[in-house]
Amino acid sequence: MTTTALRRRVDRVVPARRIAMGIFFLLLGVASFLLAGGIDPGTVTVFGLTAGGSQAILPEWTLSSPSTLNLLATVSLAIGGFQLVRGFGAWTNWILAVVAGMFIFSFLVWAAAGSSLNLAGLLGATLIKSVPLTLGAMSGVLCERAGVVNIAIEGMMLMSAMVGTLVGSLTNLWVGLLCAVLAGGLMGLLHAWLSVTYKTDQIVSGTVINIFALGMTSFISAKFLQRYQDLNNPGIFQPIEIPLLSKIPFLGPLLFNNNLFVYGMFILLILLHIGLFYTRWGLRLRSVGEHPKAADTLGIDVFRTRYMAVILGGLVAGFAGAYFTLGSVGRFDEGLTAGRGFISLAAMIFGNWMPFGGFGAGLLFGFADALAARAAILGIPIPSEFLLMTPYIATMIVLAGVVGRGQMPAADGQPYDKE
Amino acid sequence: MSDEQDTKQGAGEVLIEELQRGPSGELPWWRQALQAMTIPALAVVSGLILGGVFIFLTTETVYSGWAQSPLVGLGNGLRAVLSAYAALFNGSIGNPSRILEALQSGEAEAIRRAFNPMLESLVKSTPFIFAGLAVALGFRAGLFNIGAEGQLFIGATVAAFLGYSITGLPPILHIPLALLGGALGGAAWGFIPGWLKARTGGHEVINTIMMNYIAIRLSEFLLRGPMQRPDSFNPVSPTIEPSAMLPSFFGAPIRFHLGFFVALGVAYLVYWFLFKTTWGFDLRTAGANPRAARYAGMNTLTAIVAAMSLSGALAGLAGANEVLGVNHNLALAFSAGTGFDAIALALLGKSHPAGVVLASLLFGTLKNGATQMQLAAGVPIDIIAILQAMILMFIAAPAIIRTIYRLREPAVEEQVLSIGGWGGEQV
Repeated sequence: MTTTALRRRVDRVVPARRIAMGIFFLLLGVASFLLAGGIDPGTVTVFGLTAGGSQAILPEWTLSSPSTLNLLATVSLAIGGFQLVRGFGAWTNWILAVVAGMFIFSFLVWAAAGSSLNLAGLLGATLIKSVPLTLGAMSGVLCERAGVVNIAIEGMMLMSAMVGTLVGSLTNLWVGLLCAVLAGGLMGLLHAWLSVTYKTDQIVSGTVINIFALGMTSFISAKFLQRYQDLNNPGIFQPIEIPLLSKIPFLGPLLFNNNLFVYGMFILLILLHIGLFYTRWGLRLRSVGEHPKAADTLGIDVFRTRYMAVILGGLVAGFAGAYFTLGSVGRFDEGLTAGRGFISLAAMIFGNWMPFGGFGAGLLFGFADALAARAAILGIPIPSEFLLMTPYIATMIVLAGVVGRGQMPAADGQPYDKE
Repeated sequence: MSDEQDTKQGAGEVLIEELQRGPSGELPWWRQALQAMTIPALAVVSGLILGGVFIFLTTETVYSGWAQSPLVGLGNGLRAVLSAYAALFNGSIGNPSRILEALQSGEAEAIRRAFNPMLESLVKSTPFIFAGLAVALGFRAGLFNIGAEGQLFIGATVAAFLGYSITGLPPILHIPLALLGGALGGAAWGFIPGWLKARTGGHEVINTIMMNYIAIRLSEFLLRGPMQRPDSFNPVSPTIEPSAMLPSFFGAPIRFHLGFFVALGVAYLVYWFLFKTTWGFDLRTAGANPRAARYAGMNTLTAIVAAMSLSGALAGLAGANEVLGVNHNLALAFSAGTGFDAIALALLGKSHPAGVVLASLLFGTLKNGATQMQLAAGVPIDIIAILQAMILMFIAAPAIIRTIYRLREPAVEEQVLSIGGWGGEQV
């Protein structure tokens, strides 16, 4: 505990990090300048602001591409210079977010130079794609804050996506959703049973669940779902328009005309954040993840707390899994989640084991996904595969401590042995 | 455990223990081997039983028969399980009556065909041996290489590229070159997370997972771009030159090839490296007790980087072997999770090369038989993944097996794998 606290303080003052960050800002600024250099003067970028399906038509937003890029590049360079000389201290990470955001915007301006891009559509897709990632990251936060590594998010999602489809087709959507969430919880129970009671290595336990879930869902899919199409047609939850709020220009249709999973994600985010950091429940959960022995001495039941956290994590992952079928495509196919559980894991690390951090990372990774889908239409010279790589590379950079070492729970991954 | 005051060994103790191991141990080697194999064998048996229960429960005729009378349902279910496992046996080992017939007829061709299922099982086992060794070597060095899948992809990509782009080399040069290229590609992919761990403490589990997906995306890009077969719309690489193909021993339908013996040779090399060389000793000590290793003056950081690179090289060989020996080209998603199965293999084989070879033969046999099971008994091939998960679970939590079969606790505490948290505190 003390070492982590110490490390945090050290991180803020090390000059190496200040300088590295400054150089990074400068590089982004230079990159923006280079992008501007490749565009003929007088080119304009047109951003559409009307989301698909929205009644209120908003005027388009027209920007002069080179001057916008030059302006953003200059601001980045100025921030980089200040960072090099003085440094932003405790604000560095926020400034990093701002500079990175500016660079992403520059990139969009550049990519859509001379043509138009529906910004509202892109942001809407970003939000939708971030939903399973954020929920998965929250599942990871719950488990890992209590000291249990969860690489089984992928398996939990896959299992509940299948269960949701099957039960949803047999009964109705709501029962399907309930069973999907419960299936995730059951996977969580298995993870807790193996890793807490039997003290199995948590990575191995997670691998067991991932292999099992992939095998089980593919088996059921091949044996039943592909043969009897009636079993693979649960329908999907339709978007719910929230009165008044959805009439806000631009943001309204983006945020307040979504299906239950998007709203559920926001509610869970707030609940989890408050629960973890402002309640006794959260304090106990975190203490078990930081220093189980001390928590035990103070009368907290480490095993029970970890069980609870991992099962709750499973339930959240189950909700995320249900999104894939009941909230998105409305049918199950083998390997449907396609590694998004692992991107969730990345989002959790990227978000520094915080619920809102995970949401931010989820948005970022969702954005990369949404952009990759549009790369061909926009004529971006970067192959979409490389855009899809960015979440993984970004996570490795974060993990290497370039952006400041993450504050992971101290006892994360260590089985607790009551002696 | 509670009786012992300190579970951490000093460097001296580790050294003494190492010296005392081997032939001079209290038990003869075969008793030791038997003891070591009890849990894995029981885990496999339990997995097969549970798999049978699962097949039983998912057979439709059980429920339609149950409506008539429970006995009919029960009988239908048992028949389904038996026919499934019979198909598994026939598909992986061979149909006994057919083998007998072929032997009596004495025709070489018929005998070969009758034995083909067995040979095909060996073909399926070959990548498992390489990949299992990769993960096992990592375990020995205290590293969890969950990235065998990605390293395998890169190895396959490099081998395929060397295989089709170089022309005019004799096989004696071309094959080793392509294999070596695959190994180097995998090694590079393993080196990065190893270096990151040694340098920054970033946990190899996360980094290798990320590297897996980077590798898969990279091969997607290559197969849709620079490496795509010119005359094809599918993401497939050109066929490799015949001079790069691992020679197969029999005619066309039988795919058994040299790769299997290469794998056995590599398994022996890994054994020799781990247990007979100083480097191997350093690596294992760094894995078993990094603090003691550092105290004894070993460079644990070098050991980490070396172990991850070697592990990656072995996984790369698995990919190269598949390309050069079986597929003869590179296609998307050709590996189907071999790199993840490798984790189960290494644990099942107790991270010992001999154990890994045995475990790989078992998994290869199961995988091969499963195809027949799907065709003949209508049980989807994915049942194998379920079996593997069960086996892995029982191996990882031996206490479950001991409870079920009422085994005694082992006198010597078993080496239970533990890799610590994300923080890289072990380094």
